[in-house]
Amino acid sequence: MLNQHEIIQTISMIKDQHLDIRTVTMHLSLFDCISENGKRTAENVRRKLLSRAGRLKEVVEELQSKYGIPIVNKRLSVSPVSLIGAASGGYREIALAMDEAAKEVGVDFIGGYTALVQKAMTREEEDFIRTIPEVLAATDRVCASVNVGSTRAGINMDAVRLMGEIVKKTAKLTADRDGIGCAKLVIFANAVEDNPFMAGSFNGVSEGDCVVNVGISGPGVVKAALESIRGESCDVLSETIKNTSFKITRMGELVGREAAKALGASFGIVDLSLAPTPIRNDSVGEVLEEMGLSSVGAHGTTACLAMLNDAVKKGGTMASSHVGGLSGAFIPVSEDIGMIEAVKRGALSLDKLEAMTSVCSVGLDMIALPGSTSASTVSAIIADEAAIGVINNKTTAVRVIPVPDKEEGEVEFGGLLGRAPIMPVGKENADAFIARGGRIPAPIHSFKN
Amino acid sequence: MKAIVSVIGKDRTGIIAKVTTKLYELDCNVEDISQTVMHGSYFTMIMLVTLAEGLSVNKVNEALHSVGEELGVEICVRHEDVFNSMHRI
Repeated sequence: MLNQHEIIQTISMIKDQHLDIRTVTMHLSLFDCISENGKRTAENVRRKLLSRAGRLKEVVEELQSKYGIPIVNKRLSVSPVSLIGAASGGYREIALAMDEAAKEVGVDFIGGYTALVQKAMTREEEDFIRTIPEVLAATDRVCASVNVGSTRAGINMDAVRLMGEIVKKTAKLTADRDGIGCAKLVIFANAVEDNPFMAGSFNGVSEGDCVVNVGISGPGVVKAALESIRGESCDVLSETIKNTSFKITRMGELVGREAAKALGASFGIVDLSLAPTPIRNDSVGEVLEEMGLSSVGAHGTTACLAMLNDAVKKGGTMASSHVGGLSGAFIPVSEDIGMIEAVKRGALSLDKLEAMTSVCSVGLDMIALPGSTSASTVSAIIADEAAIGVINNKTTAVRVIPVPDKEEGEVEFGGLLGRAPIMPVGKENADAFIARGGRIPAPIHSFKN
Repeated sequence: MKAIVSVIGKDRTGIIAKVTTKLYELDCNVEDISQTVMHGSYFTMIMLVTLAEGLSVNKVNEALHSVGEELGVEICVRHEDVFNSMHRI
């Protein structure tokens, strides 16, 4: 029998510490939708999404009330559209069909407008990537991602150069909304195929036909646990994070399995990411400060984040039979009150964030840049992040918003996307380096110094 | 199906009476009950309840919501599995 302390602990995690299931994401393969005609492919996509995901909202709401745990988002994720539309073209029509279907089934985002070009781009893939700005401006819920590097393949610098231009163009086409299109575009290295979190979610080519993946959250729960062990050693700190992460993940596993069963899908993975929201007590920045930093961004931040990320993974791995996705601690600036405040205080710079991304998931995330930032500087930022990921055999990503016609101040993206202070970029440039193009070879896997 | 009913709020007379009466009306069996009053006035009651066949957690939640409003306390019903998954291996 459960004791009263355990029951109250669970209730207070949900009620006071913002423990929630961040997303239940249904991943669907679209390979059976391919045809020789773009319009027909789009129609096949629409039909499949509606038939498989029609009950997603209803099932998730039932689970929410049965277990009394908030499930914040319901999402869809599909096979990389660059492959689905390669034979027929009509990428834009497919995106519109995805957007319509997402609205009809009541999900807030649908991921998978994706190209995997870590080694090379086919002509079709390049055509596809060039449609991204227009698609992100014309749709509300479609999310795009492009993988430009991997530890096995190296870094495709032609794609890196192109993506700098694509980010700038996406910002321009959504200039009336402070470049919000860029918030739906992620550039990866070592992208994972089963990530349920947006905007970088897609259903990998080796994944099943219909899979439910679950993303859990809980920075507030970790912070509350750490508040009770102030002054204790790092051993105690790490152990406490592990224990907490174990409990959070068990709940994710329960919901994921139940959701998959009710939807007639297979259960994929639990992604045990500490994903912040822009409210207080739900921030990774605040967890880092609770560990003993006067502000996130101080010297010592990278070490704290490394320990946090590792302990979260260790606890979570024990709790679930299948852990996957991006698992770790997210540090999206605009979505985390601790990060926003640290940037505004001048305590957290782009350089420190870059260092932090070498030890956590995922990368430079939701960062507003001055509108004057050039395409080649965006490409150079992407190249730096990709290099960290490729050399260290981890996933890294860039989701930056060069805010049109703004150089400083703060921009509001709304909802979970939050608000971001515009962060200054370096004054020097890498124009000649980015202009080179080509490919950075895959790294050697010995002599790790 | 078993569920955990939690009642949290300011102490007053009749909380157990009203909540258990409503559960009786719904044909739910209370298997275990524990209650504490913390810091003099903060009332916490936890019950393990077996729901009548075919009755959903949501229905019990709705029914107890009005009782909670009347008493000025927060009542929440959750499936037992959510606690078991977190605290039992």
